[in-house]
Amino acid sequence: MTDTMRSHGAPARGPSAAAAAVTTGGANALMRLTDPPMRAVQRLIGAARMPYVFLLPNLVFFGLFVFLPIGINIVFSVTGGTGLFPSERPYVGAEHFARLLDCGSYLEAGSCREDLFWRGVGNTLTFTVFQMVAMVLFSLITALVLNRPIRGRGFFRAVYFFPVLLSPVVVALIWKWILQRDGLLNAVLTTAGGEKILFFVDPGWAMFWSVFVSVWAHMGFYTLILLAGLQAIPRDVYEAAEMDGTRPWRVFHRITLPLLWPNLLVVLVLVLIRSVQVFDEVFVLTGGGPGTATMMVVQYIYTTAFANQVQNFGLAGAASVLLGAVLFVLTLIQLFLSRRRAS
Amino acid sequence: MKKAAWMAGCALALSILGAAGAQAQTTLRIMWYSDGNEGEVMNDLLRRFEAQNKDVKVVLDQVPFKAINETLPVQLASGQGPDLARITDMGGLAPYLMDVRAHVKDVAYWEQNYGPFLQWMRVPGNTTAIPGYMTQLTVTGPFVNKTLFEQAGVAMPGANATWDDWAKAAKAVADKVQAPFPVAFDRSGHRFFGLAVSQGAQMAEVGGELKPVDDGFKRAAKLVVDWHKSGVMSKELWGAVSGTAYRGANEEFKNAQVVFYESGSWQTAQFDKTIGDAFDWIAVPTPCGPANCSGMPGGAALVALKTSSHPAEVGRLLDFLASEEVANEFYARTLFVPGHIGLAKKGIAYKSASPQAAAALKVFGDAVGKLDPVAYRIQGDPSSRIVFNAAISRLGQVVVGETSLDDAYQRISADVAQQIAERRKKQ
Repeated sequence: MTDTMRSHGAPARGPSAAAAAVTTGGANALMRLTDPPMRAVQRLIGAARMPYVFLLPNLVFFGLFVFLPIGINIVFSVTGGTGLFPSERPYVGAEHFARLLDCGSYLEAGSCREDLFWRGVGNTLTFTVFQMVAMVLFSLITALVLNRPIRGRGFFRAVYFFPVLLSPVVVALIWKWILQRDGLLNAVLTTAGGEKILFFVDPGWAMFWSVFVSVWAHMGFYTLILLAGLQAIPRDVYEAAEMDGTRPWRVFHRITLPLLWPNLLVVLVLVLIRSVQVFDEVFVLTGGGPGTATMMVVQYIYTTAFANQVQNFGLAGAASVLLGAVLFVLTLIQLFLSRRRAS
Repeated sequence: MKKAAWMAGCALALSILGAAGAQAQTTLRIMWYSDGNEGEVMNDLLRRFEAQNKDVKVVLDQVPFKAINETLPVQLASGQGPDLARITDMGGLAPYLMDVRAHVKDVAYWEQNYGPFLQWMRVPGNTTAIPGYMTQLTVTGPFVNKTLFEQAGVAMPGANATWDDWAKAAKAVADKVQAPFPVAFDRSGHRFFGLAVSQGAQMAEVGGELKPVDDGFKRAAKLVVDWHKSGVMSKELWGAVSGTAYRGANEEFKNAQVVFYESGSWQTAQFDKTIGDAFDWIAVPTPCGPANCSGMPGGAALVALKTSSHPAEVGRLLDFLASEEVANEFYARTLFVPGHIGLAKKGIAYKSASPQAAAALKVFGDAVGKLDPVAYRIQGDPSSRIVFNAAISRLGQVVVGETSLDDAYQRISADVAQQIAERRKKQ
């Protein structure tokens, strides 16, 4: 009787029903409150333009905190001096861009007028290439393993995802303690009869650990994306392959990889964008050293704008605009790939 | 009756307002960094000031030194900032400092006792402003791990020893006792210039243009690079970070890993507290170069900022802190070399210092008298920090083999010229 009554819209009873009634009542009250002004606005601008009213709050938010700073940055990049307000800054046109792009050879940072910028560009490219390969490879392997029905799968998924939750600065500090002269790794090495290795003095080691720490910290996120892709592949395809006696490598090569390709592309582009922007982890871990071996573009921008005594916001702004242009292109690629995947 | 009620009401309102007025407090904020215990001592003094000045509350915002160097200048450039700050880049921040002459009791007292250092805080051309006072005068100089010398059985170089003498001795000690850092310099342009002045660096202005790289500078730069090549200095300090980043070696010295540590008087208090009886350490006079045996003067000043909207209260607070009695207590409890001429002449009784800290302070006190005039001029130059940063950034690259010394000299000159040009740009 009760079920029949409920199914026909009879009043619900019990605590959850009461709570739902309160919530519904609250929502109704809100609707009653907002209904008259919304109707008034609709009468004023017409129903077709109403979506823009709902977009307005977000547009204002993004305008203030995203587009306005971008605009200010562009103004800074074409003005000089040390003033912070545009009215205090003389217009210098493309002077900062010309300075950044003034190079004998773009392959030789030392031949550039702003050599540190190009060292940053070179280091960022190196970091990006190694990080992309390592990140995609290890994320893929981990996702493939975690997709199998192994014991403690949930636990391992959590373990791999845990570093993603940590702040990049905390990650870098943990690894700095491990890798420094009197750190954990050197303690293990010396206990085993080996010699201490000064990881932050050798440029090769410094770059290796920068990539390693970054992969360690973020791999869980990309593993999760790939795992979702793997689980979306229909089981019957694998079953058909199994019935045909297809070997595991061929299954991976002919089934898994093609069907996972859209996810892999998204991961590739996301890793690429993140690598180009890298700063905090590497800065805390190596300080950009030894010399300038791990100094990335963003560190150059930070140093030019804030760490030098004369804070050259114009030059830093111009470098940011160039970096922004690269990131914009990469984002367009990501959008294109995402759309293609969706369609 | 109605009229009486109205009057009573008004009287009550007035009395409440009056009471509120009497209770109204002006809050002053100080941005402050500490090397040792000076934050604690300053807090004690501020509470005493508040007890004597019920209308003023002072908040000491303790921040890392990096915030003073990097955050404060941006704040000030944007027209924001605290009422006062403890700063070291006096020349660079001079345009933002408030002249408190109109708000202090006795301008002559300030001139008489802080005069020589006030020039460091004034914008070029100004000879009268009083922006603040020196919370400490510092002088660069070396600390030596005496225990390591004794363990190695190596004789310590005597008075008037050269940099070369100390480098050889420290290397010999380090080799025998397996210390990883024979000689360590803080990765700081100011510390590098301690060496450079003794080698004859002038940082002179020629034809209206600053010439940071001269023969003295080159001699010092070559010494640093050669020491890194021969293992006298370790790349871990100057090579391990990039750009203008400061890297001290105090932790390594405290852990007995450094034989000879070029730093300065401000480390005395923390070494006294943290090293304790772990090993014997001493401060020794700055080694000599071909030009002189001078280090670099420096220090930290507590300055009033133009961003403050309470200049009278700021003046009153500075008068209190800079008074002879209070300053004396501050220097004595923090184990700082006084930046107060009168107290420097009378001498400070460092009652809380151990015998070795007291001895170190005596060495640094004596070193003040041996400072070369060029060192004072460089410290007071508003572009000094530009030169210091450029030097440290480029020499760091040479140390790890990224570039040559000659290329570094060109880059240093170009970096300095470019930054000065940017600073001069006006609308």
